Amino acid sequence: MSKSGSINTKLSQSYISEMVKRIQPSGIRKFFDLLSSIEGVISLGVGEPDFVTPWHIREAAIYSLEKGYTMYTSNKGTLELRTELAKHLDSRFGLTYNPDSEILITVGVSEALDLAMRAILNPGDEVIMPDPCYVAYPASVSLAGGVPVQVPTTEENNFEITAADIEPRITQRTKAILIGYPANPTGAVLSKEELTQIAELAKRYNLLVISDEVYGRLVYGVEHTCLATLPGMRERTILLNGFSKAYAMTGWRIGYAASDKEIVAAMTKIHQYTILCAPIMGQMAAVEALKADDSEVEAMVRDYDRRRRIIVKGFRDIGLSCFEPRGAFYAFPSIKVTGMTSEEFAEKLLWEEKVAVVPGTAFGQCGEGYLRCCYATALPDIEEALKRMGRFIKKHRKT
Amino acid sequence: MKKILEALEKDARLTPEQISTMTGVSVAEVKKAIKKAEENRAILKYKAVIDWAKLGEEQVWALVEVKVVPQRNVGFDAIAERVYRFPQARSVYLASGAYDLAVLVAGKTMQEVAVFVSEKLATLETVQGTVTHFILKKYKEDGEIFEGGEETKRLPVAP
Repeated sequence: MSKSGSINTKLSQSYISEMVKRIQPSGIRKFFDLLSSIEGVISLGVGEPDFVTPWHIREAAIYSLEKGYTMYTSNKGTLELRTELAKHLDSRFGLTYNPDSEILITVGVSEALDLAMRAILNPGDEVIMPDPCYVAYPASVSLAGGVPVQVPTTEENNFEITAADIEPRITQRTKAILIGYPANPTGAVLSKEELTQIAELAKRYNLLVISDEVYGRLVYGVEHTCLATLPGMRERTILLNGFSKAYAMTGWRIGYAASDKEIVAAMTKIHQYTILCAPIMGQMAAVEALKADDSEVEAMVRDYDRRRRIIVKGFRDIGLSCFEPRGAFYAFPSIKVTGMTSEEFAEKLLWEEKVAVVPGTAFGQCGEGYLRCCYATALPDIEEALKRMGRFIKKHRKT
Repeated sequence: MKKILEALEKDARLTPEQISTMTGVSVAEVKKAIKKAEENRAILKYKAVIDWAKLGEEQVWALVEVKVVPQRNVGFDAIAERVYRFPQARSVYLASGAYDLAVLVAGKTMQEVAVFVSEKLATLETVQGTVTHFILKKYKEDGEIFEGGEETKRLPVAP
């Protein structure tokens, strides 16, 4: 670095807004640079399926390109995709959303989350969410001028956020509750009864609930309950979902929000000025995903389930307590027997055994003592990673 | 049973212990189910899918269409059996359409396949005619893609 370079860095730093400076960079990305410098690493650090998008979906997108579908779509997304989504939500959950006014197609759930926060929050408004939770939840609230209020969840409570824990944190400024179940990073799910209690709370205190259900298709031995199906919840839920996880379509960046038309209109207002519309190729592909039968999705779910059971048992066999994840594709084992912090553990493990995992603290304070391990990974790699981690635990075990 | 066999169909080398973990069925139950499936030939065989071309092994494959005259009482079964008993006939199907039997024939050389078709297949009593298509390249077999399968190109760390 030259001297003038560092002066410039300082200068440009002074231009950055205070809010952006306050926001922590994602703890996941931090690991990435380190990782790419080491050879022969088995990574359980990913956050996406190891399947390629099913061919019939890719083929439909290629066909749409051949036909010349390369332009903008309506701000809200193509009417065809919104109509298919409305049909899908009706047949799956019995939910009725008007495709004209109550569904917005976004660039992944990430954008939908950002829009939802910007559409509802005034400066200082509070949003209650679990800790640990997906990295974008607190950041999206802060970026929208709100205040994230985190409710600790624990392994003993299966990392479920409960109405009883939420209630004492409700203040005059509380605007909404933000939940994402099945959960990244823990794999926790909420039962219908637990969701009902949260719904009752929302109604009693007149709160909105933003429900990120992008992992809703990936549940094992339990039913996924869509929050909006609970009595009186459709009008106070912003339902967020997308195609990334269920259809192995992460790179296409297609998500959606479904809610009351006033809220969708507000979100669309921001979307039309910032994004304009989600990419048309992805929307074309998403239509095909919805129109086809579900056999490929179901086969993927069964495949994840087999690997889920292997990794959970594997962690327990090498002496790590591991809560039974019922959704998504993550296991969240405890490493407290080593006395190390999650970051220390993850870094040491990477250097000593070349296994990459994500420290639980990337997802909040309550992730301390845990690791996020993705089992959407080839079975031989999972087994090799378990072997290496077993060796590592043996060496570093304290209790 | 279905869960167990689906896991095995993906990877025949899985141990009963692994399958037990994967399905939540006890090891004893898994062993019993596999044994039963083997006994009633629901599981025909365990084998590897090999790309012999990669090893530089010459192998010649042909898809042979066979038109036959069905026989009273036994239909196509009798002639099909006459065909599938030959080890050179690697797969034998009864098909609808312009011909009756579709036979995949394998041999070391084109000559060997040609001799089998002309001397063994075509000369069978009820066979009216054959059309032989030599296979030029194998792209996919029994669900497995030979070159550049469906591997994800994802980054090692992601949210």
